[in-house]
Amino acid sequence: MDALIDILYALATDYTLRTVALGSAILGLVSGALGTYAVLRGQSLIGDAISHAALPGIALAFLLTGSRLTLVLLLGALAAGWLATLAIMAVTQTSRITFDSALGLALSVFFGVGLMLLTYIQQTAGAQQAGLDTFLFGQAATLVTDDVWTMAGLGAVALLGMALCWKEFKLLSFDPAFARSLGLPVRMLDTLLMTLLVLAIVIGLQTVGVVLMSAMLVAPAAAARQWTDRLGVMVALSMAFGVAAGVCGALISSLVANLPTGPTIVLCVSAIVAVSLTLAPRRGLLWRYLRDRRTRVRPPVAVPADENGRP
Amino acid sequence: MSSSPAITVRDLTVAYRESPVLWDIDWTVEQQDLVAIAGPNGAGKTTLLKAVMDLVDPVAGQVRVLGEPYRAVRDQVGYVPQRGSVDWDFPTNVLDVVLMGLYGKLGWFRQPGAEERATAREALAQVGIEDLADRQISELSGGQQQRTFLARALVQDAALYLMDEPFQGVDATTERTIIDLLRDLQADGKTLVVVHHDLQTLPEYFDSVLLLNVRRMASGPVEETFTDENLRRTYGGRVGFLHPPSEAS
Repeated sequence: MDALIDILYALATDYTLRTVALGSAILGLVSGALGTYAVLRGQSLIGDAISHAALPGIALAFLLTGSRLTLVLLLGALAAGWLATLAIMAVTQTSRITFDSALGLALSVFFGVGLMLLTYIQQTAGAQQAGLDTFLFGQAATLVTDDVWTMAGLGAVALLGMALCWKEFKLLSFDPAFARSLGLPVRMLDTLLMTLLVLAIVIGLQTVGVVLMSAMLVAPAAAARQWTDRLGVMVALSMAFGVAAGVCGALISSLVANLPTGPTIVLCVSAIVAVSLTLAPRRGLLWRYLRDRRTRVRPPVAVPADENGRP
Repeated sequence: MSSSPAITVRDLTVAYRESPVLWDIDWTVEQQDLVAIAGPNGAGKTTLLKAVMDLVDPVAGQVRVLGEPYRAVRDQVGYVPQRGSVDWDFPTNVLDVVLMGLYGKLGWFRQPGAEERATAREALAQVGIEDLADRQISELSGGQQQRTFLARALVQDAALYLMDEPFQGVDATTERTIIDLLRDLQADGKTLVVVHHDLQTLPEYFDSVLLLNVRRMASGPVEETFTDENLRRTYGGRVGFLHPPSEAS
């Protein structure tokens, strides 16, 4: 109880903690929502490719503008992530290279260029570059109020786009061929959904970093899938899990000395996944184990088949 | 427009990479016909349906639907894809899948309302699974999945229906329901084109047939077209199993 009061007191009085917690909550909210589609469409790894691909965008934005403004850097990340997405889609559609290979190619090429540019900046720009390499693993402590506003703005755009195209994205994910037969512009919708996904990823880069960001996209959605069979509930749960992980990670890392926020958030969301995988009714491992054991002790009963030969 | 054939295909060639999947197809479907497309695996049956709906880019040739390009008559065409083409573990229920048939008419940003749900429930009743409206789709049997897809096509209220193997892997009761439904739709003036694998039942179920093996091997009324000779040409001699048991024994 005392600990809870301490936490609430800290949230109310500590500016840094409040900023970090708020930023992490926004990041969890948006990546939880958009991650649902990545998971349902079997494209979980796209997040990994996009987040790594954003690195050269951050470096280039800094090189071209000399600015350390979050909005400028994130716009660079957005452009690079988007470019990588388009490249992946183009390569998959026009060549024999499969989706996973295209992902691997985009990830390594873009990330390689990003590391190269980062090294160049470190050797030439001097003290001015301070902090750019925090995008690798994220550094939530560097978040200031303006950053949170930027994240909130970008996140609102992503969530609004998702809400407006709700039924179109649902059909695109479930049955794209049928969507095309109805005349929906499937390729455009695909690009739009990918763009929103890039937005969601970019929001988290400063806090969680390019290396771990894909976890924030996949984990909340994968955990949410365990608890529900409805898309709307799954999206809501996934957002809630994302927020919970973000806030918990921020609080825990503030209570323990020298605990980095980004990785702590990822560990929190991993814990949610572990609990969901084990305990969720019907889909959970424990539930299935118990069901299997129940059915195993039951003696075999002959079921009379009907006219179709089906029991 | 009402006098135009439902489908006119002229000199249609479709290729994936370098190899042709459909070669120089000429084919006409009259309105209110009940047509089967049959042919061995890889004959291009699904591709032909997709070419009619402008879902694949042909190398050459022309397709007209109800005398118009597909784009102009899209809302008059209903599509039943292969049951296996989607992930049935997707988090949604039967009613929701059926409602997807109305997304084209609803337009952007509008969500289905009470009126749409009533239409969807009617379609579910037509295929005999109105009691499954709230069922999670992962809990459906093969026959129930197929009925769900049919209901989704029914709410499109189309003039032409394209169905890809609706009889694949369904139980006998569902098969009966589907064939009755096809006949009802035909009586209502609809045109139906159905990819069908079971050569035993084909002459009983359908009025016309297209025998396809990359090329059009034969097409026309079943009694003239569905001959041993044409089947042998289409399936390459492996037609011993085709004879009805009564003749074989």
